[in-house]
Amino acid sequence: MNELLQLIANGLVTGSIIAIAAIGLSLVYGILKIVNFAHGEYLVFGAYMALVVNVTWGQSLVLGALFAMIMTALLGIALEFGLWRPIRRRGAGIVSLLIVSIGLALVLRNSILLWQGGAPRRYDVDVFQVYELGPIRLSLSQIVVIVVASVVIVGIGLLLARTTLGKAMRALSDSRDLASVSGIDTDRITAYTWIVGSALAGLGGVLQGLVQNAFEPNMGFRLLLLIFAAVILGGVGSAYGALVGGLVLGLMMEVSTWSALPAGGVDSVYKPVVAFVVLILVLIFRPQGIFGRARTV
Amino acid sequence: MSTDRPLLETADLDAGYGEVNILHGLSIAVPRGAIVSVIGPNGAGKSTLLKAIYGFLKPRRGTVVFRPDGAEHDITGMKPNKLTELGMNYVFQLDNVFPNMTVRENLEMGAYLRGGKPDKEILERIHGWFPRLDERRRQRAGTLSGGERQMLALGRALMSDPKLLLLDEPSAGLAPSVVDVIFEKLQEINGAGISIVMVEQNARRSLEMSDYGYVLDMGRNHFEGAGSKLLHDESVVELYLGGRGRLAAAQLIADEDYEAKPGDAPRRQGRFRHEQDKEKRHE
Ligand SMILES: Nc1ncnc2c1ncn2[C@@H]1O[C@H](COP(=O)(O)OP(=O)(O)O)[C@@H](O)[C@H]1O
Ligand SMILES: [Mg+2]
Repeated sequence: MNELLQLIANGLVTGSIIAIAAIGLSLVYGILKIVNFAHGEYLVFGAYMALVVNVTWGQSLVLGALFAMIMTALLGIALEFGLWRPIRRRGAGIVSLLIVSIGLALVLRNSILLWQGGAPRRYDVDVFQVYELGPIRLSLSQIVVIVVASVVIVGIGLLLARTTLGKAMRALSDSRDLASVSGIDTDRITAYTWIVGSALAGLGGVLQGLVQNAFEPNMGFRLLLLIFAAVILGGVGSAYGALVGGLVLGLMMEVSTWSALPAGGVDSVYKPVVAFVVLILVLIFRPQGIFGRARTV
Repeated sequence: MSTDRPLLETADLDAGYGEVNILHGLSIAVPRGAIVSVIGPNGAGKSTLLKAIYGFLKPRRGTVVFRPDGAEHDITGMKPNKLTELGMNYVFQLDNVFPNMTVRENLEMGAYLRGGKPDKEILERIHGWFPRLDERRRQRAGTLSGGERQMLALGRALMSDPKLLLLDEPSAGLAPSVVDVIFEKLQEINGAGISIVMVEQNARRSLEMSDYGYVLDMGRNHFEGAGSKLLHDESVVELYLGGRGRLAAAQLIADEDYEAKPGDAPRRQGRFRHEQDKEKRHE
């Protein structure tokens, strides 16, 4: 039983990071219908920005994380103005946008590789400090992830449900044309969406870099598949869905290794496989995802 | 001096999709306070005209002018959200509500230019016209019936307190009883000082309540005139109002007790039913 509780705690940690990254991807998809394959690289970019502050400049990682969010938001907005908007204006279709995003992912990943090299890097924090909460043992970094994720999740929920900006984002993801007829400046809301989505990606990258202890430029690519799985699981284009999808995925992956399960649980090497089995099962029984709604015409 | 000039005027408008031109030198004028109908066969370019006015299509030639209050604005190709700021709104034929938002949130989006906070008076007026929208305020718009959706679409558009409404087939796909309600409310809305440009398949109905009408064909002005004049114009009736409409209506009423027998040709019953009702009401 204690083992299960521990696994659930670990699952919440993994799931929180996936969820934070997936919300960003889902917001952008909802509004621009861009499947951004470079989203994983936005995470890596954030992780390295925090590294610069924390290791190169010797400042605290909290400062590093804030810097990472700001810089990744700037990256997101710069790419919106310099790349996405110009090609949207030319009427690029969904496939062209997809290919551009794959190209962008390669450019970003290799730029980071050139800049920082491929060797694993770590933040300058004491990760071995362990806290015991009843039967559960969590490292400081894991606790930080859970706390930060809870704040972010509540914050995003409030943003979307309560604020005019959040409602405008949802309106845009329902119908761009109708949003503009309602007086919404769609270009402006699109820019805000990139800011929110990219900042979350930057934060997700720092958190992932923190919990996996060491990271390198390929971290984002490996996470990307899980992030996509979370978005699809929750229902494409639904930010709440992406959040739940991320958490479900994280929990499933960890709990599947429980030794009380038949055959002693899944070998932890195969955790990602579990994620995709869950995804496939959900898609068979609920093709629109947990929170998605069947499209009505 | 601009008060006696039309509220909206398009002059010599050419617009289309990709390389293809759909509108050829289209000119319409909407007098202040009027209801103007644009009718014509399927594919005539009626929806394209509305899209070109509202900046969803960039006109290749010609101008669109809007004169909301004293000032005159050249709005040719202006972005849709700017037009809404100037005092217009537009109800699409399809996808005219935000399906994943509640009824209330849809109305709030209509009031986006007031920071998403509905003006109390406007909201009450809209709820007065469409009480359903108040009853269903927490319901997701995607789950509304066709008629309720149309009401919400109108409500959303009215939230911005427009001077002019563009409506693309507000009665399309609705049950006859709902069509009656919608047309009745449109007249009340117009009575509150909001001018209306309405594209309609239901040509006879819309001309009956219009001050002025345009008949489009193949993207060109074909006929125009006062609503009542077009209704009685031989060639308009012949081509666009289903031929000898008056006679057919009379026939329907005369045949009231007629019972269909197997093998009878299907009759387009009900089409003129409203006229029948109307005549009864006038008695
Ligand atoms: N998005 C579009 N792309 C290309 N052609 C279109 C598009 N929408 C409409 N058309 C064409 O433009 C013409 C006019 O269409 P439309 O304005 O919708 O007619 P109406 O509303 O009078 O039925 C039609 O021939 C139609 O096929
Ligand atoms: Mg049409």
